[in-house]
Amino acid sequence: MNTTLILQQLFNGLALGSLYGLIAIGYTMVYGVIRLINFAHGDVMMVGTYIAILAVSVLLLPWWAAFLLTIFATAFVGVVIDKIAYKPLRNASRISSLITAIGVSFFLENLFLVIFGGVPKSFPIPALFSGTLHIKGVILPVISIIVPIVALAFLAILMYILHNTKYGIAMRALSLDMDTTRLMGANVDAIISFVFAIGSSLAAAGGIFWALKYPSINPLMGIMPGLKAFAAAVLGGIGSVPGAAIGGFIIGIVEILAVALFPPLAGYKDAFAFLLLIFVLLFKPTGIMGEDLERGRF
Amino acid sequence: MKRNQILTILSIILLFLFLWYANNNLSAYYIRILNNTAIFLMLAASYNLINGVTGQFSLEPNGFTAIGAYTAAILTLTPAQKEAMFIISPMVPWLQNLHMSFFPALIVAGIVTAIVGFLLGFPVFRVRGDYLAIVTLGFGLTIRVVSNNTISITNGPLGLKGIENYTNLWWTWGFAVVTLIIIMRLINSEFGRAMKAVRDDEDAAIAMGINTFKIKMIAFVTSAFFEGVAGGLLAHLITTISPTLFTFFLTFNLLIIIVIGGLGSMTGTAIATILVVWGSEILRFVEQPMHIFNFTIPGIPGMRMVIFSILLIVIMIFAREGIMGQKEFSWDSLFKLFKTKKVANK
Repeated sequence: MNTTLILQQLFNGLALGSLYGLIAIGYTMVYGVIRLINFAHGDVMMVGTYIAILAVSVLLLPWWAAFLLTIFATAFVGVVIDKIAYKPLRNASRISSLITAIGVSFFLENLFLVIFGGVPKSFPIPALFSGTLHIKGVILPVISIIVPIVALAFLAILMYILHNTKYGIAMRALSLDMDTTRLMGANVDAIISFVFAIGSSLAAAGGIFWALKYPSINPLMGIMPGLKAFAAAVLGGIGSVPGAAIGGFIIGIVEILAVALFPPLAGYKDAFAFLLLIFVLLFKPTGIMGEDLERGRF
Repeated sequence: MKRNQILTILSIILLFLFLWYANNNLSAYYIRILNNTAIFLMLAASYNLINGVTGQFSLEPNGFTAIGAYTAAILTLTPAQKEAMFIISPMVPWLQNLHMSFFPALIVAGIVTAIVGFLLGFPVFRVRGDYLAIVTLGFGLTIRVVSNNTISITNGPLGLKGIENYTNLWWTWGFAVVTLIIIMRLINSEFGRAMKAVRDDEDAAIAMGINTFKIKMIAFVTSAFFEGVAGGLLAHLITTISPTLFTFFLTFNLLIIIVIGGLGSMTGTAIATILVVWGSEILRFVEQPMHIFNFTIPGIPGMRMVIFSILLIVIMIFAREGIMGQKEFSWDSLFKLFKTKKVANK
């Protein structure tokens, strides 16, 4: 294994990691605000890619318009899921909400299986994103360079929203104490909807880039990225947005490099994220950036 | 007390009389569904022991069932069969020559699964609540990845074929009844009360001097044992197993059963198992073309799972208690019901 190859794999890992990171932000924000593992988040990403494919191939929109439409439509889907399935359970036990979230996840997967069938569809890739770059012998797909840049841009925008806008400040307040935030006159329901909208739109962005990188989409495609992104969110410290991004990068790079360095392990790559997750929970349950959000995690 | 035991034994005899009738008179299709009902009853009851009674929400039964199914199948397959089947890479020699009859194989399957559950318990019970759910989900997934890749033990994605069809109504219902009796006795013992204490308030249980880790472990290992045995029965019912059989889908079905029946009630689990297993057979009509007057409505394959997932969401929102809540059936309460009715009639 020479340096060029390692460098190449490192970039691939970075690209995959930023996808995990984009999805992980949605988990971490929803968990931070209403303490719910949004099991259906990976499936929301899948819904996003199907909206994108419909926008491009049925509505015949140019790719940038299709992507914008996808992001807004998926945000709407996320908000609707919250209103219908999670809001009635806001005061119930957390396990009830988790079971409901599992139900929503299965509902989305099976609904899309019924509508679109299980046969993978190919995702149309705009010319801008195909192609490869050759830099001093390192061969890089263009998409592997664009993805981390876009992910970091989204992260910067999100950090700006969280720290400099009224809604962002309200969100951070909500994650500390919902009742007090309500007493301060903030519209808690609207803020939670906004959190779901942000999380789902980032999942949509992640989904679009996932489909550009692995252009074969099917209704069950959201499961693995969703679970790994959750592992990333916990690794980074659940409740922390930069933590989710860092966790995503770590899991993406570890996954790619482990397979590149030890090819016989390739079959086991889907298990890495979970072993990592178990180790993190055992030795540092608050993750890299997280604070102790609750008692009982030890 | 004595009356109740006699009544219980009588109803078990009645159940087996019905099975004897079914075995001789019903078609293979119905016998198959009856077998499925018993296996799902075992799985759901043991799953409810850890999820409902002990309140440790976990998502691992597909992993445990897979371990049980593979262990039992590897043990009952003859060395010659194994040699013919493992074409990608030959089987590990000591497993290759291992051979047992059906019943010991099932017990070994249960014990192996229980040992895995015991080892898994150490890391996973250091976390609670939704983290436990995700970690155990990851375990189920890891088992699938491992069974896909350890080709010299599990034959990888090709799976194991030609498993002898030993499972019949007597085995499945026999084990289901034994499972229920043991789990009910466990629930009504000192340990069972501790399990409920852990569920209702873990901190209070610790304060009362309960070793919560030990209690969770007892529930988890018991549940793993019976899920392993049920996996073995399943393998010898369908005769072909592969890693794709043990996806999260299996866990989801069990979750629906215990939620409908009521988390923490074995009676509810029994009722819900019958409802879900037979209901999903009845619901097959939505996946076949329908003729209403002169219109033909095309069947929609996969629609049953959509219905089941909507059902799960609706139950969680509107009827979180399920059918039985945390209550159990008992002869005493049945008699009391009749007595109060008589009084009301007067």
